Amino acid sequence: MSAPDRTPPANAPVLAVENLQVAFRAGGREHLAVQGLDLSVSRGEVVGLVGESGSGKSVTGLALMGLIDAPGRVAGGRIVFEGRDLMGLSEAELRRLRGARMAMIFQDPMTTLNPVLRVETQIVEAITAHERVSAKAARARAREALVRVGIPAPDERLGAYPHQLSGGMRQRIAIAIALLHRPALLIADEPTTALDVTIQAQILAEAQDLCAEMGTALIWITHDLAVVSGLADRLLVMYAGRVVEAGPVAEVVEAPLHPYSAGLIGSAPSRNKRGARLAQIPGLAPPLGRRPPGCAFAPRCFNVRPDCSEPPPLVRRSGREALCRYPLSETVVA
Amino acid sequence: MTPAATLPEEPVPYRADPVWRAHARAFFRSPAAGLGLVILVAVALVAALAPWITPQDPYDLASLDVMDGTQPPGSRSFAGLTYWLGTDAQGRDMLSAIVYGLRVSLVVSLSATLIAASVGSCIGVLAANAGGRLDAVLMRLVDLQLSFPAILIALVLLAAFGRGIDKVVIALVTVQWAYYARAIRAQALVERRREYMEAARALALPRTSLIFRHLLPNCLAPVIVVATMQVAHAIALEATLSFLGVGVPVTEPSLGLLIKNGYDYLLSGKYWISTFPGLALVAVIVAINLVGDRLRDVLNPRLSA
Repeated sequence: MSAPDRTPPANAPVLAVENLQVAFRAGGREHLAVQGLDLSVSRGEVVGLVGESGSGKSVTGLALMGLIDAPGRVAGGRIVFEGRDLMGLSEAELRRLRGARMAMIFQDPMTTLNPVLRVETQIVEAITAHERVSAKAARARAREALVRVGIPAPDERLGAYPHQLSGGMRQRIAIAIALLHRPALLIADEPTTALDVTIQAQILAEAQDLCAEMGTALIWITHDLAVVSGLADRLLVMYAGRVVEAGPVAEVVEAPLHPYSAGLIGSAPSRNKRGARLAQIPGLAPPLGRRPPGCAFAPRCFNVRPDCSEPPPLVRRSGREALCRYPLSETVVA
Repeated sequence: MTPAATLPEEPVPYRADPVWRAHARAFFRSPAAGLGLVILVAVALVAALAPWITPQDPYDLASLDVMDGTQPPGSRSFAGLTYWLGTDAQGRDMLSAIVYGLRVSLVVSLSATLIAASVGSCIGVLAANAGGRLDAVLMRLVDLQLSFPAILIALVLLAAFGRGIDKVVIALVTVQWAYYARAIRAQALVERRREYMEAARALALPRTSLIFRHLLPNCLAPVIVVATMQVAHAIALEATLSFLGVGVPVTEPSLGLLIKNGYDYLLSGKYWISTFPGLALVAVIVAINLVGDRLRDVLNPRLSA
C-alpha cells in the first residue's frame, strides 16, 4: 500500500465530522450552504446521504475532500480522518491523502474522464501520482484495476478513448481509478444518476462488493432513496444545509421521525398505490440566503405548528436523531 | 469469486469513427475549402521541393546572367532556358524566385505561428488556472498588446534588431502571442470547471500534469482556428515588412521582397516582376483563409447539428 499504515484502533471511526460549516460568498455576503453537519463513519460502513438538489449534500462531499474552491470555503467545524484533523494539514499533506486514502467518484461518467487521454494514460497517471512504480508495473496494475471492476476485454479498453466506451463502462473505470490505492473512504456523488436502471443496479452492487472487500467506508450521496435503502447501513437526510434525520436505514425508511424524510419516502414511486397520484412535498427547497428562521422545512411541512418558527431541537431516540420539534411517531405515517 | 464473474458479459460497444474522420467529412462538404486545401498542399509541396523542380537556383549568382535581366514572360535565355514568368533586373527567373520566395514566406510564417501559439497557449492557460491577480495582469498585457497596430510594433522591433529571418520571426511572435492567450484563456475558464478536472483534482495529480496534460489539450480547438488565420496574417505581415525593407535580407528574398524589387519597374511597363509574386501571395492567403473559415465552422460545436 502507498500510505504508511497509520490506522488507529479498529473501533475508531475512519471519518468524524463535527459541526462542519461551508460558506459561499455571493453579493458581498456569506451564505452557509452547510450549517453544522455532524457525521461519523466507521471502517467499511456504508452511509447514505440523501437530500434534494441544493440541500448541501454535494458540497459536503467536496468539503470532505478539501476541494471547495473560491468563492466557497470551509467556515468552521472539524474533519478528522484516520485520526488526523484535515483542517490542520497543509495542502501538500492533503494531496497525499486525496486520491490515495480518500477518493471520490462523480455524477456524470460522460464527463469525469478526460476526453483527450486514453484510459490507460489516465489510470497510470493516477497510480504514479501516489506511488513510485515503473511504467511497466503501472500498466499491469491498470489492467488489473479494470479486471477488478468487471470490464471485459481489458487490454482493448486500456487503449480506448472515453468517447469509445459506454456510460456504465466509464463509470466502472472511474470507480477502478478511485479504488486504485485501496482508500479508507470513498465518496460517491450520485454516481449512478446518469446511467440507465439496469446498469445502475450493476454499478451499485459492484461498488458495494469492492468496498466491502477492501474495507473501504462508503459515503453514497444521492437524491434517490430507493438506491440507498438497499445499499447503506445508515442514512442521513439533509435539508437546507442541515442533517434533519439520521439513523439506521431500515428504521428511517420504515418509520421516519422527520416530516421531510416522511415526504421523501412518500414520494418514491414504489411506495405508492398503483394508479394513484404520487405524493409530493409542496413547494421548493429555500435558496441559499433565504432560509426561514427556525425550522427551514416549516413552510413545506404538513405537520407545522406555530412554534416551528423557533430553531428546532435535536431529538434522540434509541440510536436515531431528528431535528424536529414534533417528530412523527409510527401512527402519523399512514 | 471476483465480481467480474457475476456480471453478464457486456457486448463490445460500437466503435465510433475517430473524431477526425467526422471532421474531415464535414470539412470537404465545402468545395471552396477543398480547393483552398488543394492549393495549400500544392504550394507546400512546391516550396518543399524547390531545389529539385525549379529551372534555376536564384541564389546561385553564377547561374545568373545580367544579360537576361528584365526579360518579359516567355522569352528564352542564351542558354536555351524559357523564362515563363520573365526575369528580374538581375536576370533571375521569376518562376524560380517565386518558388524560393514562397519557401521563405512559409517558413517564416509557420515557425512564427508555431512559436506564438505555444507561448500564447501556455500564458493563456496559466492565467485561467491561476486566476486573481496574475490573470488580471496577463490579460491587461494582452489588451495592451492588441491595442497597438501589429505593423507598428513589428516595425519598431525590426528597426531596433535589424534585418534577418530570425528577427522577423521574433517580431511576428511578439505581435501574435496575445491572440492565442486570449482565445485559450476563454476556453480554459470553461474547461477547468468540467467534471474531469474536478476528478483529476480529487486524485491529487501533480499540478503541471493538471494544467498541461488535462486542461491544455482540451482547450486546443479554438487555437487551431486562430492559428490558421494567423498564418495568413503572418505571411501578409512578413510581406509588408519585407516590402518596406525591414524584413528578410536581400539574399533570401521572400514574396514581399520580390514585389518590392519589381515595384521600381512597375511604371516602366515591366509588370511581371511585381505582379506574379503578388498573385502568388494572394493565392496563398486566400487559400489559407478558405481553409481557416471552414475549420472554424467544423470545429465550432455550436454550429454543428
